[in-house]
This record gives sequence, structure tokens and C-alpha cells, in this order.
Amino acid sequence: MTEILKAFVNVIIKMPQGFGVTLKYLFRKPVTVQYPKQKIPMTPRYRGRHYLERYDDGTERCVCCGLCAAACPADAIYMEPEETANGERKAKVYEINLLRCIFCGFCEEACPEEAVFLGQDYEFSADNRNSFIWTKDQMLVKHPRKENPLKRIIRRVRRVYGVPTAK
Amino acid sequence: MAESKTLNINMGPQHPSTHGVLRVELEVDGETIVRAKPIIGYLHTGIEKTMESKLYYKALPCTDRMDYLAPMSNNLGYCLAVEKLLDIDVPEKVKYARVCLAELTRIGSHLVWLGTHALDLGAMSMLLYAFRERELIIDIYEACGGQRMMTSYIRIGGLAHDLPPDFNARVQKVLKVIPQRLQEYETLLTRNQIFINRTKGVAVISAEDAINWSLSGPMLRGSGVKHDLRKANPYSGYEKFDFDIAFGTNGDAYDRYLLRLEEIRQSLRIIKQSLDGMPSGPYRAHVPGVVLPPKEDVLHKMESMIFHFKLVTEGFKAPVGSVYQAIESPKGEIGFYITGDGTPIPRRVRVRPPSFINLACLPALCEGRLLSDVVCSIGSIDIVLGEVDR
Ligand code: SF4
Ligand code: SF4
Repeated sequence: MTEILKAFVNVIIKMPQGFGVTLKYLFRKPVTVQYPKQKIPMTPRYRGRHYLERYDDGTERCVCCGLCAAACPADAIYMEPEETANGERKAKVYEINLLRCIFCGFCEEACPEEAVFLGQDYEFSADNRNSFIWTKDQMLVKHPRKENPLKRIIRRVRRVYGVPTAK
Repeated sequence: MAESKTLNINMGPQHPSTHGVLRVELEVDGETIVRAKPIIGYLHTGIEKTMESKLYYKALPCTDRMDYLAPMSNNLGYCLAVEKLLDIDVPEKVKYARVCLAELTRIGSHLVWLGTHALDLGAMSMLLYAFRERELIIDIYEACGGQRMMTSYIRIGGLAHDLPPDFNARVQKVLKVIPQRLQEYETLLTRNQIFINRTKGVAVISAEDAINWSLSGPMLRGSGVKHDLRKANPYSGYEKFDFDIAFGTNGDAYDRYLLRLEEIRQSLRIIKQSLDGMPSGPYRAHVPGVVLPPKEDVLHKMESMIFHFKLVTEGFKAPVGSVYQAIESPKGEIGFYITGDGTPIPRRVRVRPPSFINLACLPALCEGRLLSDVVCSIGSIDIVLGEVDR
């Protein structure tokens, strides 16, 4: 009997209270965003599509040491070295297969030259597999760089985050 | 001619309420389930085997992809296991941060469970609300590790980066918002007669059966067994935190619902304590050759550079031996059994997946019950197929 009474109370009183909650949100500002038009900015550490840094004078930072490829759990990076006219080593071919890549950021952590970074782009789609193999030309930042403050901030913030470990 | 009265039907692997690609073979007699048999393997990706072919530090991203709703718990379990094998101690701050993140993960995972379970039972708006709150937690992952689901933030010997500058503010927001919203969920569901009818007395498992099925997590505690690894076998400094074990009495789906809400509240308590007590200090242990040195040193110091190169290319050699480290993930006891053989690659990595073992009791939960209770049973076990199949 008490069960039935309880159920009665639930239906008459408690359930309309629930409807009240839903009704309340009818008059609130929605939390959703209209995606292609509106975008939520990603946090500085966001791991999106890669880019390759340059020094301020325009030379490429990457020396084709292969550490990023060694650190990559998905074996997504391929590179071939070459020498520049003044005897410096640089990458002739540097490719990342974005279909293999799991965006773990290990390459960025491994790079001893601070050359490869994961940027903020997350919108990349194509209709054939080949265009997911990103080459060096596509990843190198433009020089002279179109001042892109975002990328600068990423570098600075990530550097500042790294406080020394205990000795 | 004798006619067979029962009918075999397939539920899944493309069924919306099997939470992934689970297939359940059902033999029904009218509306009653005579036999239920979960069939798994549709999402098998060979994660254990993959981990056995990678360096210890490179196997870490695999753990994110098992229980993708609780990435930090998996990271934590694996890292603790490897740290145990190597006998490394991590700084105090790391322990606190890990506890905080693991509890945030618990809340996030329970919120997804709540949303999807309620959706299965017909409460659409619950899903939207639960995912709205989970967004706060996912944003914290993103601010910490850079990815919203596959965080790989907790690393062997510490964390990937220091906690972000706005970590405190973000977590404070969670602490402020979630209790109010829990109130709303309770208003929507706890005394909702439809929800009660669908869950009370459904998917019942007794304490004895729960132990015999070796269930863990909310499935076990829902039946009244007070077993929580955070208390029973504290890891990562859980013994310093003050919280209660939530447990149910009847072992039905409704009790497990109440229990998970209570677990969220207890998690909030733990998070609050960990924020208040968060010591300052390094975010990684100083173990050259095992933990990456800080980037500044790599750029300027020769030894750090050498350690960095050696570690990235060769990994570290783990000693010969086996360890088992279990932690209380949102779904139950997730354990990592790792055998090292003196090389930089683990000889064996075995994961004790809570979802897989909890799923095994599905036939016991729904045989003899109605067809519609299967959905409720699957939902209240809280499975993630990525972890079941691995
Ligand atoms: S990106 Fe960095 S780690 Fe990779 S080859 Fe170039 S310098 Fe080496
Ligand atoms: S983000 Fe990870 S998977 Fe992708 S290229 Fe870098 S190391 Fe490889």
C-alpha cells in the first residue's frame, strides 16, 4: 500500500518538479555553440596538426636528427637528411602521416631543437589518403612569418610550464 | 511435429543501447529471456599485444584507448605499475595531482554513464545535461594534457607538463557547479516513477554472487560489499584523503544509480582536499634515464642532452620481474600485470579490465527477466567496449 502511495506522490508531485528543471533551461542561454560559424578557442597546449618552426632569421630549426621519429608510437614520421651549402644538416624530406598519427605529442616532447610542434588546427579532411601525408613545405611556418601570435604564445607557454625537476 | 517455443534474436552489434559493438545473443520465450550470451570481440584491437611490442614509455598512449571515458585512470594504473617495477618514487605534488585527476575522471565517467543509462531508459534530457557538465572536466584534460580524450598526461615518473596555471580555477568551477547539477539530476530521476519502475528490482545481483563473479567497482558495492581499492589497498597517496565508500543494499540497478551519484559527491570531497593540500614542487621525479629531463636542460646541458637522446631512442631497461598494480577506476578494479625481462620492452602486459569481467555476469542479471530489462542491465554494468575487447 505504501508503495502505491509513494508512486502516487512521485507521479503527482515529484515528476512535475523534474519537468520544471527542463522547463527552466528553456529560458536559459544555450551552452552549445553553432559550430562552423562559432568556434571555441583551444587551450594553449592543444595537440592539433603539426608545424615546423624556424629561427627568427628564417633557417629551419629541424636538423633531421630523427628523435621525433624514434619517439613516435605510431611510426608516423618519415624523414631524409641533406646538407645545406654551408655544411649544416637539414631535412630534405620530412613527412608526417596524419592518418597514422595519434596526436600524442611525443614528437614535440622529444625534439631537442624545438622544431616540431603540435598546433591548434583540428579541421583537416580530404577525400583521398595521399593528402593526409603532410610534407615539409606544408608544415614549415611561413618566412617572413605572417605574425601569428598564437603560435608564439604556444611556444612560450609550453616553455614556461616546464619547471626544473627535483635534484 | 514438435514446435520450438523459443526464438533466437541478436541484439547488436549495432544496437544503440549496447554502448558500442557488443552483441548479445538472446533466446526469448515471448517477452522473457531464456538465455543471454554476450559475444565480444568486435572492437578487438590487440592493445595488450601492441604494448608488448613498444618501449615502456611508448605503450602509454595505448592505455588511453582502452577505457576512453576514463583515460587518466588508465594512465595512472599503467604508470603506477611501471613505477612499481622500476621502484621509483614520485614527488608529493604528483601524487596529489594524480589523485585529483583520477577523481575528476571518475566524475566524468560516471556522468557519461548517467547520461547514457538514462537515455536508454527513455530520459532524453538527462543525456544533454550530463554531457554539458562533463564538458567542464574534458576542458580540464585539454588544459592539462592537450587532448580532450586521449590525454596521455600522467607519465611514468610524474606528469607530462606541470599543471596549467588556470588548473585551480577550472577545478574550483567543477566543485561549484557539479553539486548544484547533481541536485537537478536527482530531481529528474531519483523520484521519477518511470525510472524507478525500470530500475528497481532489475538486474539484481546478490553480494555473494557479486563476489563469485569477481565483480568490482560499483557493481560490487551496489550489492553491499564495502570493497574499494582506494581504502583497501591505497595507492598514490589515497590514504591521506578523507572520504567514505558509497555502497548499496539491494544490488539492483536503482541502487547502483544512487551509489554512483554518491561516488561523484565523494569524489568532489577528495578533489577539494587534494586542491587544498596540493604541495608545490616538481612535477616529475628526477630519475635520469627513466624520466625525460626538462627541456631547458636538454637545450643547454650536455648530460641532459645525452640522457634525453638515450631515453627517447632506446627507452629504459626494466628489471626482470613481474608486478601487479590495481587501481580503482570508475568501472572497477583495473589492474596492470607487467613482466619485465631486462629489455626496454615489456615481455608481457596483461590488463585486468573491469568492464570485461563485470560484463560476464550479464546472463545472470537478465535471464528469466523481460526483454526490456536487458537494456537496463547492460547500462547499469557500465561497460566500455574499448576496454572489454582491448
Ligand atoms: S623535428 Fe626535431 S626531433 Fe624531429 S628530426 Fe627535426 S630536429 Fe630532430
Ligand atoms: S603526435 Fe605522436 S603519433 Fe603523431 S607524429 Fe607526433 S609522436 Fe607520432
